[in-house]
Amino acid sequence: MVTAIVLIVIVAFIVLFFISSYNSLVKFRNQVKNAWAQIDVQLKRRHDLIPNLIETVKGYMTHERDTLENITKARSQAVAAESVGEKAKAEGELTSALGKFNLVVENYPDLKANQNFLSLQEELTSTENKISFSRQNYNDQVLFFNNKIQMFPSNIVAGMFKFNEEEFFEIEDQKEKEVPKVSFS
Amino acid sequence: MWELIQANKRKSIILIISMGILLVLLGYIIGSAYIPDGGGLAGVFIALMLWGVLYLISYTRGSKILLAVSGAKEITKDIHPQLYNIVEEMKIASGHPFMPKVYIIDSAAPNAFATGIKPDNTAIAVTAGLLGRLNRDELQGVIAHEMAHIVNRDILFMTVSGIMLGVIVLISEVFIYSLWFGGGGRYSKSSKDSGQGQIIFIVIAIAFAILAPIAARLLYFAISRKREYLADASAVRFTRYPEGLASALEKISRSTEELKKANKVTAPMYIANPLKKKGKKLNDLTSTHPPISERIKILRGIAKSADFNAYQTAFNKVTGKETNIIPPAELKDSTPINIRDAIGLPALGLTKKQTQRNVGNLIMKLNDYSFINCECGVKIKIPPNYKKKIVFCPRCRRRHKLK
Repeated sequence: MVTAIVLIVIVAFIVLFFISSYNSLVKFRNQVKNAWAQIDVQLKRRHDLIPNLIETVKGYMTHERDTLENITKARSQAVAAESVGEKAKAEGELTSALGKFNLVVENYPDLKANQNFLSLQEELTSTENKISFSRQNYNDQVLFFNNKIQMFPSNIVAGMFKFNEEEFFEIEDQKEKEVPKVSFS
Repeated sequence: MWELIQANKRKSIILIISMGILLVLLGYIIGSAYIPDGGGLAGVFIALMLWGVLYLISYTRGSKILLAVSGAKEITKDIHPQLYNIVEEMKIASGHPFMPKVYIIDSAAPNAFATGIKPDNTAIAVTAGLLGRLNRDELQGVIAHEMAHIVNRDILFMTVSGIMLGVIVLISEVFIYSLWFGGGGRYSKSSKDSGQGQIIFIVIAIAFAILAPIAARLLYFAISRKREYLADASAVRFTRYPEGLASALEKISRSTEELKKANKVTAPMYIANPLKKKGKKLNDLTSTHPPISERIKILRGIAKSADFNAYQTAFNKVTGKETNIIPPAELKDSTPINIRDAIGLPALGLTKKQTQRNVGNLIMKLNDYSFINCECGVKIKIPPNYKKKIVFCPRCRRRHKLK
């Protein structure tokens, strides 16, 4: 009688552990997915902003046709990209094309006085930030999820129900990987 | 992140329980001093009721009251796109699922606070003076600090313990005043019936009524300061740019304007103490905010990495203490993160007059003024109650049609 009760308690305990472990794994996987979706939203926003930007600056920057064409080309490649790897590569190129553009802008004081351009620039800066912050958040979530999958005891449940490790969003652009300088100006 | 919130919750619960014990003891002893037989339980009941009612009010209406008292106005994205964008950025960086509402306070003093007990209904408010003075990176640092308060659930904790502190102070003061003024006659009459027992109770009660508020204050202030440091550390982790917050704090501390709408109750909510301009230095133990110069030094002492370990190292070096600002479990997991370059738009370099004009324009925009740029260079400001169809430029007398 006593052994039966003990057995029932142990089994109930194990079942409860499995249920709660499974549920939390599902929750964390959804958080990873959600974080990925956020990156997509911001990338789409960047694609939408670029035609506007080109339209606004075209008249001012007659000598910078190459820079502008590079941006347009990088954008259409990024829009067409399908796989995660392709996407990361194309978006990296777009980022560096926009970086070059920001450097050139300094030579056009007229442009920097244009209200329309200033508000576009704010939108673009913010979208760039949002992309890197959502990437940052995505990688944090992936790290947490992968730790859960590897660590005991949740690794048992993860193995049984085939929870696979997620991929980090790696930065393709070599320049971004370098340790940045800190300027105290 | 998750361990951080968990550790925060545990610590808050311990603190709230010890404050709660203090409150119950105070109620019991003062109740017994009034009525020796059974008065203690009544005292406990009254103390807890008072706390419960105040908590209920602040849980349901706290944010609204605070925002209204500080004169904050909710904005949409078109009133200040940059501010709105930055709040969105920090929402993403912190991984918080809900967008806080954004408010601007009509004041030239630079300051900011966050409010909202429920995670899905929070708000961040900044003063117009802050927006006028800071560049994009600095503003981002301030917003990150406020977002950290929201994500770390600091507001819930501050409200619960703040109200306990308030009730403890209130009960003690009422008791001491009643002894001073009305209590004398009553006390002499009842002492005839109950004799020495009650006198002892009254002496203990007086001692307790003096000591309890001091103890509660120290508890509250100690943890509140720790939370400011923690929010700074989280802000660095969100933005990956410690210099932004450091130079924002420097600008805030340099300003001489006082935030008129802040008071003793709302002061702990702000990023920097709004009531500091009285000429005397507050005692370190009784201040809700760590000294701002120390916060700046720690932020500037962070070398190379934006993770919690780097902040803790810098903290130990600057203060010479070994206090754990970040829970050890979180430190163990923390890996180095690169600090980024200043990506924001270049510093504005405005004169004081330009700053004042920007702040003025922003406040007018908040109050539904509309603007017309005249060809002679004058910006005409039209108040919302202006009913005529045309307006003349005050300098060149040009006619402008209104929509």
